[in-house]
Amino acid sequence: MTPSHRRAARLALVALAAASIAACASRPKPMGPAATESTPPPPAPPSPPRAAYPPPGAVSQSPASDLAPPGSMRDFVINAGDRVYFDFDSYTPREDAKPILDAQAAWLARWPAVRVRIEGNCDELGTRDYNFALGARRASSVRDYLVAHGVATGRIETVSFGKEHPIDTAGGEAADAKNRNAHTAITEGAR
Amino acid sequence: MRIWSLVIALGVALAALHAPTPARADIVVNVDQGATQPLPIAIPAFAGAPVGERIASVIRANLERSGLFRPLDATRVSGAASDLNLQPDFDRWKAIAAQALLTGQVEAASDGRIKVDFRLWDVYAGDQLLGLTFTSTPENWRRVAHKISDAVYEKLTGTPGYFDTRVVFVAESGSRAAPVRRLGIMDQDGANPSYLTDGEFLAFTPRFSANSQEITYMALRPTGSTIYLLNIQTGRQEALGHFPGMVFAPRFSPDGGRVAFSVEQAGNTDIFLMDLGSHATRRLTAEPSIDTSPSFSPDGTQLAFNSDRGGTPQLYVMNASGSGAHRISFGAGRYTTPVWSPDGKLIAFTKQDGGAFHIGVMKPDGSGERLLTTSYLDEGPTWAPNSRLILFSRQIAGAGAHLWMVDISGRPAMPAPYPLAASDPAWSALLP
Repeated sequence: MTPSHRRAARLALVALAAASIAACASRPKPMGPAATESTPPPPAPPSPPRAAYPPPGAVSQSPASDLAPPGSMRDFVINAGDRVYFDFDSYTPREDAKPILDAQAAWLARWPAVRVRIEGNCDELGTRDYNFALGARRASSVRDYLVAHGVATGRIETVSFGKEHPIDTAGGEAADAKNRNAHTAITEGAR
Repeated sequence: MRIWSLVIALGVALAALHAPTPARADIVVNVDQGATQPLPIAIPAFAGAPVGERIASVIRANLERSGLFRPLDATRVSGAASDLNLQPDFDRWKAIAAQALLTGQVEAASDGRIKVDFRLWDVYAGDQLLGLTFTSTPENWRRVAHKISDAVYEKLTGTPGYFDTRVVFVAESGSRAAPVRRLGIMDQDGANPSYLTDGEFLAFTPRFSANSQEITYMALRPTGSTIYLLNIQTGRQEALGHFPGMVFAPRFSPDGGRVAFSVEQAGNTDIFLMDLGSHATRRLTAEPSIDTSPSFSPDGTQLAFNSDRGGTPQLYVMNASGSGAHRISFGAGRYTTPVWSPDGKLIAFTKQDGGAFHIGVMKPDGSGERLLTTSYLDEGPTWAPNSRLILFSRQIAGAGAHLWMVDISGRPAMPAPYPLAASDPAWSALLP
């Protein structure tokens, strides 16, 4: 359609809309047959001109919501780190895990009401029973590390998920490396 | 008497399996699948439609899946279904090269039950080898077919059958990130599958008691694990007890009176034994190592188990008192999940070596190791009650697990007759 056709079509629509509004408005009025025959309906009022660029809508403003307020689970995940990784069939924390565990211990020292559950996980390259035992070793070694760094034993429980809760389900070496981990889950006391 | 060739060949194969400390290469040659050609057997529809053909069909499938029989197309022989009490026309069966012939008929008894008669014939000798009658309710026709399969298998191989059995397993569903693990149970041929748990927790490693009416298994919840005893007939379930750490790897003693299992305390996993009558629990291992996957010898005097006390996971055997533990696996690689065969002669295991997993067998003294399978991840063997077949679970990288089976004679592994994702199979004894 050319611009003039489009305008014509739009005007036709506006006129139709106005006519139907008028029809609706008049429908409830009871009218005798003679009156409708002799009196034409009043002309529709002209539609108001439309602004090409309406004024901007209002947007209210307030201080940003804190996605990771101090002492929250997200604060722990983002600012301490909730997962450390292990080498194949190993349960001693790697060097790259120690800064994370140190940060976990410091965070837990700052928020003494928080209790955690260490969940030991394994890759799929082991049999079911053995991996439950290996996952328990991993959870226990993380617990021992945190206790050695000042976290009260009574604040920590451990569980092994064996190879049953992989975080990467793609299979292969990269996935296996991610699935060999200990996850520190906050069970209560977070803000 | 050509029919005895199968029995003789089997005897040779079994003798080779149990020969003292043979070199592995020799065993592989001796028990090669070529050593036992499947026996051609004709099993025409039993008289008494329609259940007669259904029964014959279940028997054919059972015998074919065993790898020892080759059911022939009996419909090629016309006029076969004559009176069961008349001698068959053996020439018709020789014409399709059948060596054995199984005929039968189903009749309705006056009390509403069905009476199933069968005769097993040696086609070339012209002899009846076996004739039996089973009576049961009409709904129980599959079990009748399994009992006939067992009778035929035992008569022709000299080894008890395994068809009138069940398999309990872990039915896998959900996504790998949000797994659902329910206990499932089915007949050994995949029929009558049913769930025993509802998926409220993850269920693992179910094991039958000797009478096949009780199951012990491990339940995993976010907070920890529980070992349950479940009576599959009554549905009654009880926890084995409460322990501070993880509990897993339960297995009944052969008399059903005790359960051996692993308890983890402060990261150290040991094997415990609980008397189910008194709930008295004794600790069998006390090493600072992983000691798990206990499995009783069939006489109940010894336990095979898995330990990494030597540095890597290996197989050990100890007395049921916990004394006398000694290592039995010495090959390269990592050995786990030892399971004693019902006849006591072999221990099946999972082996991880060279980037692959295997199901293998060795004698209880550690000699005669043979690997039966190879894949990305094979694990968790369980024995058929006749100690000839092993069910296990096989997983492909990044996918779910399925049930597979392998014969200890060395024939290639094949999928078990259950098409859905499943793991941790446990085979029952022959049903009472």
